[in-house]
Amino acid sequence: MTLAATTELAAATNEHLANLSNTLIYSAMAVYTLAFFAYITEWIFGSRSKIGRTAAALTEGADGKAKAPAVTVKKGGSTAVLERPKVVVRAAAGQRDVPDGPGAHGGDEQGDLYGRIAVSLTVLAFLIELAGVIARAASVERAPWGNMYEFNITFSTVAVGVYLTLLALRKNVRWMGLFLITTVLLDLGIAVTVLYTASDQLVPALHSYWLYIHVSTAILCGAVFYVGAVSTILYLFKDSYENKLAGGGKPGSFATSFLERLPASASLDKFSYRVNAAVFPLWTFTIIAGAIWAGDAWGRYWGWDPKETWAFITWVAYACYLHARATAGWKGRKAAYLALLAFGCWLFNYYGVNIFVSGKHSYAGV
Amino acid sequence: MSKTTTNAPTDPTPATGDEDLGAAGSQLSTAPEDTLSVPALGVIGWARWCWRQLTSMRVALLLLLLLSLGAIPGSLIPQTGTDETKVADFRNANPTLGDVYDKLGLFHVYSSVWFSSIYILLFVSLIGCIVPRTWQFVGQLRGRPPGAPKRLTRLPAYTTWRTEAEPEQVREAALALLKKRRFRAHLAGDNVAAEKGYLREVGNLAFHIALIVMLIAFAWGQLFKMEGNKLVVEGDGFSNTLTQYDDFKSGTLFTQDELDPFSFTLNDFQGSYEKTGPNRGTARTFQADVSYSVGAYGKDERTVIKVNKPMEIGDSKVYLTAHGYAPVITVRDGKGKVVYRDAVPLLPLDNNITSSGVIKVMDGYRNTKGVREQLGFEAFFLPTYTVGSETASTFPALNNPVLNLAGYYGDLGVDAGIPQSVYQLDKSHLKEFKDAKGKQQRENLKPGETMKLPNGAGSITYDSTAEWANFQVTRQPASDWALTGSIVAIFGLAGSLFISRRRVWVRAVKGADGVTVVEMAGLGRSESAKVPEELGDLAGILYDQAPGVSGETEAEPDGVSDSDAASVAEGAEN
Ligand code: HEM
Repeated sequence: MTLAATTELAAATNEHLANLSNTLIYSAMAVYTLAFFAYITEWIFGSRSKIGRTAAALTEGADGKAKAPAVTVKKGGSTAVLERPKVVVRAAAGQRDVPDGPGAHGGDEQGDLYGRIAVSLTVLAFLIELAGVIARAASVERAPWGNMYEFNITFSTVAVGVYLTLLALRKNVRWMGLFLITTVLLDLGIAVTVLYTASDQLVPALHSYWLYIHVSTAILCGAVFYVGAVSTILYLFKDSYENKLAGGGKPGSFATSFLERLPASASLDKFSYRVNAAVFPLWTFTIIAGAIWAGDAWGRYWGWDPKETWAFITWVAYACYLHARATAGWKGRKAAYLALLAFGCWLFNYYGVNIFVSGKHSYAGV
Repeated sequence: MSKTTTNAPTDPTPATGDEDLGAAGSQLSTAPEDTLSVPALGVIGWARWCWRQLTSMRVALLLLLLLSLGAIPGSLIPQTGTDETKVADFRNANPTLGDVYDKLGLFHVYSSVWFSSIYILLFVSLIGCIVPRTWQFVGQLRGRPPGAPKRLTRLPAYTTWRTEAEPEQVREAALALLKKRRFRAHLAGDNVAAEKGYLREVGNLAFHIALIVMLIAFAWGQLFKMEGNKLVVEGDGFSNTLTQYDDFKSGTLFTQDELDPFSFTLNDFQGSYEKTGPNRGTARTFQADVSYSVGAYGKDERTVIKVNKPMEIGDSKVYLTAHGYAPVITVRDGKGKVVYRDAVPLLPLDNNITSSGVIKVMDGYRNTKGVREQLGFEAFFLPTYTVGSETASTFPALNNPVLNLAGYYGDLGVDAGIPQSVYQLDKSHLKEFKDAKGKQQRENLKPGETMKLPNGAGSITYDSTAEWANFQVTRQPASDWALTGSIVAIFGLAGSLFISRRRVWVRAVKGADGVTVVEMAGLGRSESAKVPEELGDLAGILYDQAPGVSGETEAEPDGVSDSDAASVAEGAEN
């Protein structure tokens, strides 16, 4: 075979794979849309159920009437399960004691069914999107994060993956589904319309196994930070709602129906803290891996390049958040604002720096 | 248990916290207490107050916030440290704003006075925070976990049962169990006090100390660093002295003596490229085969330098950062005498190494009239020339090299004393060589071909093609310290965030009716929902050793949970 013929053949397979990838990404978007409607339906059915109950119970409690305690037996691993003493748990100092909401379905059976359908559809869409990302990687014969289009599709895949992993670990996160899928659709929409780039080359400086380590952990951190940010925003809503109730106010019926089904603000707050704290050491590692790679590729490990600077700013902002949680007077809402600010820095580092600022990283390509 | 333990239900934020736990709840971390008290009079009073404020969490938080805000302008405004020309462009475009920026140090944010003061204050605060915390922690390690508070029911996780076993027996069993679970446990009167998770504090302190190490290493590196570039054509050499560099930058405390003595010669440069597929033209390998020697009389050794794989000599690292082609050129005068022969490095313009540059014949040339003159040539080079793409190379390797030349004669202006780029011609005193039609003479040459200059002015020959490589020599002292610091920081951080520090108490006393009452309680930092789980686990095991009196196996929820809304252990996990 002549050289030209081989070239053509290789180009044809790659083109085929690239097209396949595009088809898969569009299919994933279609299935995510179905999942989106299923989540919506779950919320709608959920609103029929009597969630007012918990709200009433809360206000009653505030009025001084006794609430029924929700004590059950701690399930141990041994045989004497039912005989074991129960552990009574109290809220930590300074926290309101509000039970978690039942989730989007609000205890409604049909709602729950739709919720389950939504999760199944999300799993399906995730698998299709994952296949799309892999096909893309195969078509360009390198890791799928050479430009913003590829970064976006990989990022949303990983974010959904994080959500599904939490679900698989039996964490109480199903309530997040609607918000997550909405933004994933947005992210993919931007990716296929504004950011789409045909297969592209990488410059030689990007060839290093540190690239794989650095960028893959960066994407994973972003996805987890994102999950933390969603729960932080919901915490802020739920917290002001609970404050209003505790102060004797009457929130609107939509707010009631919607927010009552979410976990208690304390749980949301704790969840965001856990998520952010869990991934912070990995983010630290990401920055250090980047520095090592820069040391290998550019001869200096730190040079205040805009991308480096914003990674640093993001890191300091999250450190601020962790400190705020340990500082009297900064816990709660103020710390939550810091967490959102920190996530804003992460987003800016990704979108803002690529679009508005030029630096050594600018070949990431818009 | 009595009803008196319940909080007033009207209180929206029941005070169940550490405040009323006394010593038992104290020192579960070594975080400094925030005090905002007014300082005592006098200089010492004020100094102490300032120090307290500086080392408080609140101020540390504000300084961190300031640090991240302060880093922002440096990423948006061009910086002299990264791109000098951009700063100059900016100054030309906005002269007034440029002056303001200059005054504020905004063109070199990360070495400006105000940015430095933020991080120096932060690190003073950090040291002021670490030292007392370390002492406090050492104290905690030498002491013992505090005994149980009076009312265990007030703790975040609580359980109780009645048993026929003797209190001493229960306490002993509890002590043995807790010790087996690697708690630090001891008997404290009627109860067993235990604590676990000290590594959290160790991790936290290690992390903050590592931060200091990293900062010092970074500062040291900045002060003593050096970075220089040198372009070397195959066959040529370089020795590490200041004058040999094409450009050179160094930290403020760097002195010439710190240049590591070494020299090397570039024997051969090899690049190979992807021939097919979507990455066609992407470099597969770049490598420079060099001979080097260390010191004045070192013996020659050979090595290979690759992209991302520098050669290390002493504290210096030699990186391969760029490469290109250097056509070997011979220029003859009208009589056929060779006046110039050299490999001329050309600068790449794109990924396929379309290159350009100039050839300057400074002396030795006389024109047909026998008058001294200088010659200049503009060179444009395609390593792979393809018909249909005459202005850009189509592949980075030397598949079909073509050199395009256009000549000038006159005065190159190099003697004027103004430094001149070796890649540009100053044409103000030069005239073009014209062809028969009166247009500038311009020809494409293949290796071995010669272009005759008009009117017997001589000739220029493209003999062959050498390659050049650009080497960046850097010296960044203390980078090992920075790396070590960062590794410790990551592990410290993980310990600090993933390990939870918690206390468990087991109290066993004889009740009024002669039956032993066992109470167990756990206390952790608010984030750890594992505490009740662990307590349930421990209680289960202890319960097997001191079984409950029938019908009395339950915690008494009526006392605690009426308004404190007790929830299940599982419920608290999320
Ligand atoms: C360069 C600046 C600093 C950075 C990047 C930083 C970072 C961090 C991080 C990420 C944590 C989280 C670990 C955890 O929650 O256990 C932490 C905890 C902590 N930091 Fe810092 N820190 C800095 C300076 C300081 C200073 C100046 C102080 C003293 C006032 C301080 C005191 C503490 C304390 C007491 C904790 C533990 C809080 C707790 O027990 O939850 N830090 N720091």
